[in-house]
Amino acid sequence: MIHSLFLINSSGDIFLEKHWKSVVSRSVCDYFFEAQERATEAENVPPVIPTPHHYLLSVYRHKIFFVAVIQTEVPPLFVIEFLHRVVDTFQDYFGVCSEPVIKDNVVVVYEVLEEMLDNGFPLATESNILKELIKPPTILRTVVNTITGSTNVGDQLPTGQLSVVPWRRTGVKYTNNEAYFDVIEEIDAIIDKSGSTITAEIQGVIDACVKLTGMPDLTLSFMNPRLLDDVSFHPCVRFKRWESERILSFIPPDGNFRLLSYHVSAQNLVAIPVYVKHNISFRDSSSLGRFEITVGPKQTMGKTIEGVIVTSQMPKGVLNMSLTPSQGTHTFDPVTKMLSWDVGKINPQKLPSLKGTMSLQAGASKPDENPTINLQFKIQQLAISGLKVNRLDMYGEKYKPFKGIKYMTKAGKFQVRT
Amino acid sequence: MSAAPAYGEDKGGSAGPGEPEYGHDPASGGIFSSDYKRHDDLKEMLDTNKDSLKLEAMKRIVADPNQLIRASALRVLSSIRVPIIVPIMMLAIKEAASDMSPYVRKTAAHAIPKLYSLDSDQKDQLIEVIEKLLADKTTLVAGSVVMAFEEVCPERIDLIHKNYRKLCNLLIDVEEWGQVVIISMLTRYARTQFLSPTQNESLLEENPEKAFYGSEEDEAKGPGSEEAANTALPARKPYVMDPDHRLLLRNTKPLLQSRSAAVVMAVAQLYFHLAPKAEVGVIAKALVRLLRSHSEVQYVVLQNVATMSIKRRGMFEPYLKSFYIRSTDPTQIKILKLEVLTNLANETNIPTVLREFQTYIRSMDKDFVAATIQAIGRCATNIGRVRDTCLNGLVQLLSNRDELVVAESVVVLKKLLQVRPAQHGDVIKRLAKLTDSIQVPMARASILWLIGEYCEHVPKIAPDVLRKMAKSFTAEEDIVKLQVINLAAKLYLTNSKQTKLLTQYVLSLAKYDQNYDIRDRARFTRQLIVPSEQGGALSRHAKKLFLAPKPAPVLESSFKDRDHFQLGSLSHLLNAKATGYQELPDWPEEAPDPSVRNVEVPEWTKCSNREKRKEKEKPFYSDSEGESGPTESADSDPESESASDSKSSSESGSGESSSESDSEDQEEEKGRSSESEQSEEEGGKRKMKKRKKVTEGQGDGSSSDEGSDSSSSSSESEKTSETEEEQVEPASWRKKTPPSGKSAPVAKEISLLDLEDFTPPSVQPVSPPTIVSTSLATDLEGLTLTDSPLVPSLLSPGSGAGRQELLHRVAGEGLAVDYTFSRQPFSGDPHMVSVHIHFSNSSDTPIKGLHVGTPKLPAGISIQEFPEIESLAPGESTTAVMGINFCDSTQAATFQLCTQTRQFYVSIQPPVGELMAPVFMSENEFKKEQGKLTGMSEITEKLTLPDSCQSDHIVVQKVTTVANLGRVPCGASDEYRFAGRTLTSGSLVLLTLDARPTGAAQLTVNSEKMVIGTMLVKDVVQALTQ
Repeated sequence: MIHSLFLINSSGDIFLEKHWKSVVSRSVCDYFFEAQERATEAENVPPVIPTPHHYLLSVYRHKIFFVAVIQTEVPPLFVIEFLHRVVDTFQDYFGVCSEPVIKDNVVVVYEVLEEMLDNGFPLATESNILKELIKPPTILRTVVNTITGSTNVGDQLPTGQLSVVPWRRTGVKYTNNEAYFDVIEEIDAIIDKSGSTITAEIQGVIDACVKLTGMPDLTLSFMNPRLLDDVSFHPCVRFKRWESERILSFIPPDGNFRLLSYHVSAQNLVAIPVYVKHNISFRDSSSLGRFEITVGPKQTMGKTIEGVIVTSQMPKGVLNMSLTPSQGTHTFDPVTKMLSWDVGKINPQKLPSLKGTMSLQAGASKPDENPTINLQFKIQQLAISGLKVNRLDMYGEKYKPFKGIKYMTKAGKFQVRT
Repeated sequence: MSAAPAYGEDKGGSAGPGEPEYGHDPASGGIFSSDYKRHDDLKEMLDTNKDSLKLEAMKRIVADPNQLIRASALRVLSSIRVPIIVPIMMLAIKEAASDMSPYVRKTAAHAIPKLYSLDSDQKDQLIEVIEKLLADKTTLVAGSVVMAFEEVCPERIDLIHKNYRKLCNLLIDVEEWGQVVIISMLTRYARTQFLSPTQNESLLEENPEKAFYGSEEDEAKGPGSEEAANTALPARKPYVMDPDHRLLLRNTKPLLQSRSAAVVMAVAQLYFHLAPKAEVGVIAKALVRLLRSHSEVQYVVLQNVATMSIKRRGMFEPYLKSFYIRSTDPTQIKILKLEVLTNLANETNIPTVLREFQTYIRSMDKDFVAATIQAIGRCATNIGRVRDTCLNGLVQLLSNRDELVVAESVVVLKKLLQVRPAQHGDVIKRLAKLTDSIQVPMARASILWLIGEYCEHVPKIAPDVLRKMAKSFTAEEDIVKLQVINLAAKLYLTNSKQTKLLTQYVLSLAKYDQNYDIRDRARFTRQLIVPSEQGGALSRHAKKLFLAPKPAPVLESSFKDRDHFQLGSLSHLLNAKATGYQELPDWPEEAPDPSVRNVEVPEWTKCSNREKRKEKEKPFYSDSEGESGPTESADSDPESESASDSKSSSESGSGESSSESDSEDQEEEKGRSSESEQSEEEGGKRKMKKRKKVTEGQGDGSSSDEGSDSSSSSSESEKTSETEEEQVEPASWRKKTPPSGKSAPVAKEISLLDLEDFTPPSVQPVSPPTIVSTSLATDLEGLTLTDSPLVPSLLSPGSGAGRQELLHRVAGEGLAVDYTFSRQPFSGDPHMVSVHIHFSNSSDTPIKGLHVGTPKLPAGISIQEFPEIESLAPGESTTAVMGINFCDSTQAATFQLCTQTRQFYVSIQPPVGELMAPVFMSENEFKKEQGKLTGMSEITEKLTLPDSCQSDHIVVQKVTTVANLGRVPCGASDEYRFAGRTLTSGSLVLLTLDARPTGAAQLTVNSEKMVIGTMLVKDVVQALTQ
């Protein structure tokens, strides 16, 4: 299965390598560098690169390439999924996953990687079990380890591996028992020139932060479970129960986890909470172009739209822009031609707008493409699909937990064509 | 660290300069550091160079009582890549493969590929181990052993037969990585063992368009329509899907909802390769969902969708919009989405698709624009209706400012024009004009080729183009020069009058070109077309050679026919066979014998939903035992583990038999029911039990080996415990059981359905009969009454001390009132003791209006009055039932008994034995509960049994007369166990009588209610010694 792993930063240095079988020379990465050069942009590096003796499978996250080397036929998604799991684990352990952090925690990184794969086959990938084996670093522990020369390897036997609920640690204790659930929905949409919706989908997730003592058994029910016809679950969710009763019944992992993700497809009607009015024009004769956009709310169910950020990749012909926003701040990078406008909150009485001119390359003909506008926004206390949690019950433990549910709607890949 | 030297060597040099390398195995470190001192000597032994010592040390570790240490030792041992260790490793693996702990067995499975890569000569022995581990029934092992199977002996498909059904059933509970490996292996297996579900659909395939629509409709109808589709066809031989084939499809389907993209993809490819056409549709939704994932996942999924969408277009058509492209997508994703959109385009959706394409053409990403133009070209060739529209669109693009766009359009136009050149003379003219402006070599070459090929459609322009090209010949790119020569030659052949000189000029220029290809071409062409003295033979045929009709190119997807690779595989993605790729076999012509998958255990032969649930939930059953049992886990040595194993198995067995005994007993009188029936019933009951255990809170996706161990042996132990019971049971007991015994399982069911009333069964292993609902209790009452032969014997021992006087005939002025404790659940309130009151009128006037007056009751005690008896004629008697909640005390309930004329104060004081109701539990449950009720809650009394009390029958009768308790089956012949619960608080009352043959005996009562316990002991001792 997975033979080796190389971590490569954006400047092309291999700063960490790990081998689970025999050592594969790092010269194998030359094939990767070649592909990287061809691709010009990091995200265009093909995830699978065949070389004469090996296959290189890579994922690109946090400006780091995680390159796995395999020798024989393996489902590519198996490896890619695993690599993403590695990144998630690092993030879970260190808070962020970046080159300096990995270098700082190199011991823990090696220890974790060793436990995650055995001879190239995934062994312990659940964060709860891993944390039982190898403790995440804290400042105190780092200091103690430096002085005593000990490691973060846990001194308890990892009984979690034997558990029937492998995702949950045993012997969890909290003084405050809390369970928080965040229902977060992202709208992916493409809006065409005239403002009509070409496609709109909702990607929802329920992220949970559960800090409960013992072995609680939770059930979560919805007011309108019919909305959830395309879902994927954390392994802890009892599928049969969902099938028959449309109730989520599960023993939660300890800490943060994604309980469920769902998809409300393009076939359903999706409410679009914002609109963008735009007028971007280039004239053939002059070297100036007009630029004007206004953002306004619609179908927000009375909630305010906040955290609005408008970005747009301008055509190469645009040299500079002189714009004045009615609110917020804007920047234009003349090198990457990226315009970004941080709007903030939308006040329905006074719609935010950005107006001005673009100076174009003199003499060149007008660019024949119009930029697309990407939008980000947030709406608190609203799940745009209308999903509502009915109640959360706990069985198996006697105490009364504190429960909280939060809704949020965000823009996912929200694009307006001009 | 134990294996540090060897391990470190292997990794030597792997660390980059200046970066630390940790040559130890953290796993082993973690384990050993846990018990540092204890393993010091072992470490020393391991660090020596003497193999014998190492072996000795390993032997000791491998035999460590802690399963985690055993497992880690094996993991370290198997990671030492030194050939000399092979025999030791083999030994250790064999040992571990039959370890008690599933975790150790899992580690053994992991070690197999390691040993195999070290020494492939061990293959045969390793296959034996794999065979053994494949038979393992735990989810922990399944994934790892199949992985070993795939790596060591993927060709030994025969090893799977016996385990096929088990693997299908375990699948949902295996961890994600294992699921992927198992599903992909089962796909191959199914291809060799089952018949193609689409064989009858081959008729449809002749008309693919129709088939697509058909499949779509079927999708909507759901899986049920599959049979309909099959019968509708004029089938030569009706196709019936093998139930095992169906089992695989059914058990993998829920995994489409996995959070892991790899699992979803694995199921999708399984459905694509194995499912009937009508059912494949279900995977589309899941795959579309994956498109929201990381771009690498998107990349792989889109590759597979592209292949699928060629074969089964209808499947993805509803999701067309999900493949629309965003400007922020990486280019490689854009191009794949474009591929899918093109594959999905058809007569109906082409207008929307083309409109989308128009937006894409204006993108800033030029590679993507070029791909879009090609896609438009493909749509134009595939869909006749839009050919002209596309052509016009492409011609318009020719005036685009971007040269790349123009060039790509020319290339695509060239291909399109080849299909029907005659109608497009004007397009060719327009292209000819472009030679002045367009600079992209490929486009120029294409235009020249087109003009040459169709020069008869543009007879005036062609020579002029050649003139211009001759002028700029030296400055052209090689590819263009070749086409100029080509054009010259063709014109020379068709229009030699105008172009002879031009041609000769071009050929002369070419003769001195720097590129030898061009020089060669010029020489060759000259010989062909210019008639010379010697070789006229070829030149006569020159026209045929140059202007032969050429077939139009077919524009098709690069993903066509990629599905001969297993989807989701690396080979499919690369479109090349990767090392170690296992071919996906073709469906067999004739189905191989399906009976090879039959397993002796009768459970497996029933292939139904129910079986699945059974298998799935079995683990919970014993897991709960394991968890609550104090011995479970790490520190128990193998012996005690095995003991607990067998314990749990007997527990489960006897647990069932006790709940079964009721029905069983009745049946036995008629004659023994058949084996199969019995197991059928067992299954049903077990199911119920299990469902309950699920609610208890075990994870859905989990199991342990104890679970299956117990299940395999449970059938045996059940039988033995049954027979034992039969021998031991006295007749009276047997007769007494039915009413209350029946209530137990039914009550259980109620508690199951009503989830709000859920209480964790670890506290209450058996639901008390107190939950019996009103209607049920009345039903039961009716039942006991109609069961006439049983009634007298049922009531007489049940009514404890027999009739007690409540009101004497004299004091009651002719009204005599007696009462008995019926020991039936009181219908109104389960906490109440049901008291039968017998009235008889010995006076000579009718007594009217008998009812209960205002009671004066001590705190907590309450009464459910009997309905007023209107009149009792002289000499007659009647019975009424009333309920009294004694609140678990022996305080008397005092109340008024009123007639129309008189009031009598009466009181009922219950014997302590009537304050409880029997509970049925297994021996183990009994022991477990007893273990919790020690110390203050335990009351022990020594006594000597009189001679009259030597037989089982009498002892049991005496005890049950005193106290309303249920007998608990017991292995030892001279020990009696009874269990009950107090009615009000539901506290357990456990009574044990240990009778020695000598007559000495010891009575133990365990109960939270100490007062009740003490009184009960007193009463029972009194009853037994009298």
